[in-house]
Amino acid sequence: MTKVSMVVNGNAVSADVESRTLLIHYLREHLNITGPHIGCETSHCGACTVDLDGKSVKSCTVFAVQAQGSDVLTIEGMAAPDGKLHVLQEAFREMHGLQCGYCTPGMITRAYRLLKENPSPTEAEIRMGISGNLCRCTGYQNIVKAIQYAASKINGVEYKEAAE
Amino acid sequence: MNAPVPPSSAERAEKLQGMGCKRKRVEDVRFTQGRGNYVDDIKLPGMLHGDFHRSSHAHARIKSIDTSKAKAVPGVVAVLTAEELKGVNLAWMPTLAGDVQMVLADGKVLFQNQEIAFVIATDRYIAADAADLIEVEYEPLPVLVDPFKAMEADAPVLREDLAGKTTGAHGPRKHHNHIFNWSVGDKDLTDAAFVKAEVSTKDLIYYHRVHPCPLETCQTICSFDKITGDLTIYGTFQAPHVIRTVVALISSIPEHKIHVISPDIGGGFGNKVGAYPGYICAAVASIVTGKPVKWVEDRMENLSTTSFARDYHMTAEIAATKEGRVTGLRVHILADHGAFDACADPSKWPAGFSNIVTGSYDFPVAHLSVDGVYTNKAPGGVAYRCSFRVTEVAYCIERAMDIMAQKLGMDPVDFRMKNFIKREQFPYQSALGWEYDSGDYHMAMEKALGVVDYKKLREEQKAKQEAFRRGETRDLMGIGVSFFTEIVGAGPSKNCDILGIAMFDSAEIRIHPTGRVLARMGSKSQGQGHETTWAQIIATEIGIPADDIHIEEGNTDTAPYGLGTYGSRSTPVAGAAIAMAARKIKAKAQMIAAFMLEVHEGDLEFDVDRFRVKGNPEAFKTMSQLAWAAYNRVPPGMEPGLEAVSYYDPPNMTYPFGAYICVMDIDVDTGTHKVRRFYALDDCGTRINPMIIEGQVHGGCTEGYAIAMGQEIIYDEMGNVKGASLMDFFLPTAVETPHWETDYTVTPSPHHPIGAKGVGESPNVGSVPAFSNAVNDAFKFLGSTHITMPHDAYRTWQVAAKLGLHA
Repeated sequence: MTKVSMVVNGNAVSADVESRTLLIHYLREHLNITGPHIGCETSHCGACTVDLDGKSVKSCTVFAVQAQGSDVLTIEGMAAPDGKLHVLQEAFREMHGLQCGYCTPGMITRAYRLLKENPSPTEAEIRMGISGNLCRCTGYQNIVKAIQYAASKINGVEYKEAAE
Repeated sequence: MNAPVPPSSAERAEKLQGMGCKRKRVEDVRFTQGRGNYVDDIKLPGMLHGDFHRSSHAHARIKSIDTSKAKAVPGVVAVLTAEELKGVNLAWMPTLAGDVQMVLADGKVLFQNQEIAFVIATDRYIAADAADLIEVEYEPLPVLVDPFKAMEADAPVLREDLAGKTTGAHGPRKHHNHIFNWSVGDKDLTDAAFVKAEVSTKDLIYYHRVHPCPLETCQTICSFDKITGDLTIYGTFQAPHVIRTVVALISSIPEHKIHVISPDIGGGFGNKVGAYPGYICAAVASIVTGKPVKWVEDRMENLSTTSFARDYHMTAEIAATKEGRVTGLRVHILADHGAFDACADPSKWPAGFSNIVTGSYDFPVAHLSVDGVYTNKAPGGVAYRCSFRVTEVAYCIERAMDIMAQKLGMDPVDFRMKNFIKREQFPYQSALGWEYDSGDYHMAMEKALGVVDYKKLREEQKAKQEAFRRGETRDLMGIGVSFFTEIVGAGPSKNCDILGIAMFDSAEIRIHPTGRVLARMGSKSQGQGHETTWAQIIATEIGIPADDIHIEEGNTDTAPYGLGTYGSRSTPVAGAAIAMAARKIKAKAQMIAAFMLEVHEGDLEFDVDRFRVKGNPEAFKTMSQLAWAAYNRVPPGMEPGLEAVSYYDPPNMTYPFGAYICVMDIDVDTGTHKVRRFYALDDCGTRINPMIIEGQVHGGCTEGYAIAMGQEIIYDEMGNVKGASLMDFFLPTAVETPHWETDYTVTPSPHHPIGAKGVGESPNVGSVPAFSNAVNDAFKFLGSTHITMPHDAYRTWQVAAKLGLHA
């Protein structure tokens, strides 16, 4: 067993885990942070996406020990401390960017980093930017709109198109 | 100062957020915050974890199973094999299709990755480690992956347990690998139509094996309480009540001691209808250990074991006059069911509703014959986002119609329009036994043609073909048209049941004294948004705001018995039950209102959210007031309270339809394609929430795109499954996925209380032929008639090569 410590959603955490424990299991099984999901365990689907030291990672393909001392953000840390939702969380609801909700935590966490990297992405840049995250329900069209909507809000410009 | 103007009926109606509005989804509040509650999120005290050791062979006799090394791993609590399961009579289990299926391999294995042993350990890593340490000695047997070869006289016997059984659940078996024959229609009249036919076509149209692949795999937690004898089962079940009854029938646990809970489900698409060995093993393991046992399948297990879809080899013949009038349809299907017949169809329908194969066309005569066959592949045959086997036959008829149009030298749209069932023919009796409820196919098709400017597209295509012939471009342009008719809403008790239980559905509505509502249904959302749309139906029916209505599904202890959510049956069946229960409440509220207002019931009229006295709109009682009165001021002799239950047995199926058009460009040198435009017009009758409908169409079209353009579960000759990871199994990302244009017409169902028909599966049914017809359409001017799906770049490149386009 190895003691692994990190900051998750602003809180210092630590747990004794095997060195082979994956970050997704560390979060879900040891910390009860169940927002990030497991969809494939082969880093294809992106349901387990978290933000690790300012980068999107698929936490099913990172060992917990690799995240020792890191700063991790999951969907649970997206809202402000006063409970106000992040604009992306509002946008996904507003634009009907989710159905079963299973890909949503990973998708929003990825979109959060995408908008940090590129605050005003084109549609093609959004599509490429979320191409590591699979969704089986929405066909992505309203996810793209949700991200465009959130970008507009963040940039203080008007977003005109409504959800289809 | 003027008195405030009371809100108008329209203003009050808008506040209800009832049917027809784009109400934002209730579910999203928790899902966007990572607060969904899926099976793998649930942890019970002392919970153990199960994992399978699976077969490396597709067909082999098992000479020995050595579990000693696995049992020696610290943390392993028990290992189950067929021998242990025989002790509780569960080595085999019944399937929904009337067959039996091994839970754990009993003497032999019949498909690769078949379940052989179940390890139970304190941790999921330990369970996986120990499962790897199980040693199985095999004696390989000849493998059958081709259903045509499976029916040859000297083919190896796959199901030795059925030796000597010449009759199966659906009648005579004509061969040791044969499961059933199912025939419908007038064979003699149909054969006669072909004898007389001026023009006829005959083509083998294969709909390949695919998998629903929801993002969340199948999973369960079973918890048996040895003191009380209660078994609680959490699971990813699309039909929780059916699971409860199945467990009661195959175990000695009485049904009231079984508690099935489907929490949030991460997509189903048909994958989560059936009962799988993992569920049985987890339940037995919990009974044996006295601890809760969780089983979560991984993605490879999901793709290679728990249910496939399609795998239909369809030989379609159309007879027609030279003028392009269809005179007969003859279809034979060889259905590859894998190692066990575990199709999730209504019990009397071994080939589902494949007799909807006449589609949207007025065939005077037709005959359909389906033979089900065993092979060394995974069992299943689920309805992957379609009603039972409907997408297979919709693809079949839509391809066959294009092929016949080509032979006749007619435009595929003109040929369809000439043969559509006409508006005035509804209700329409099809040659294969269905009564189509309503439709206006010509109107829908014409609207679609107008929006895409079909004539102009054909002119552009002609110009491009000439440019191609002149060597000025290497791109081919294809225009794919599909006009589908679905059959959903299973179904009427006269012809639909599962294990003898009629396929009704149910709703229970309770109005609390303060006018807030709790409503429970026998359906179970897997992303369809029932918590949002069911409340919209109630809001419109009884005039209480949707935001004041809480919807609950998935707990068999509290929800009324229902047959679950699949086959687009929720809106046609549960949606009807909801409306009927709401109307019972409304009728009682009306009696209370009449008592309070001291008028006859007949003197009252309903106005959005209240009953008012006819001719005196100032005299009214709101539903909120009536809810309170129901608990303290009911008329003499009336029971207090305001609750209702409805079990709805639909009088007929519903028949949604639609016109889909795909415009595609194909590069003949690489085989790659670009979907330039995809237009989807759906008619699902009354529309409850247009935002959710359009989201469903986007999602279903994306699945259809994947199926048509690359998704496939392939087996090699040794029975090795080659498509069982997301590296091999095509799920489109946002980059490949086309842009979707949606549109609609509204032809309400005449027999449904609110006129709704269901929509969730239409886009999967309708889009696959539109894509495939576009690919075929691109090549047909070069003499090609039918190209087999899926149309990935390599296959398309091969088509171009065969046509000599690379010379």
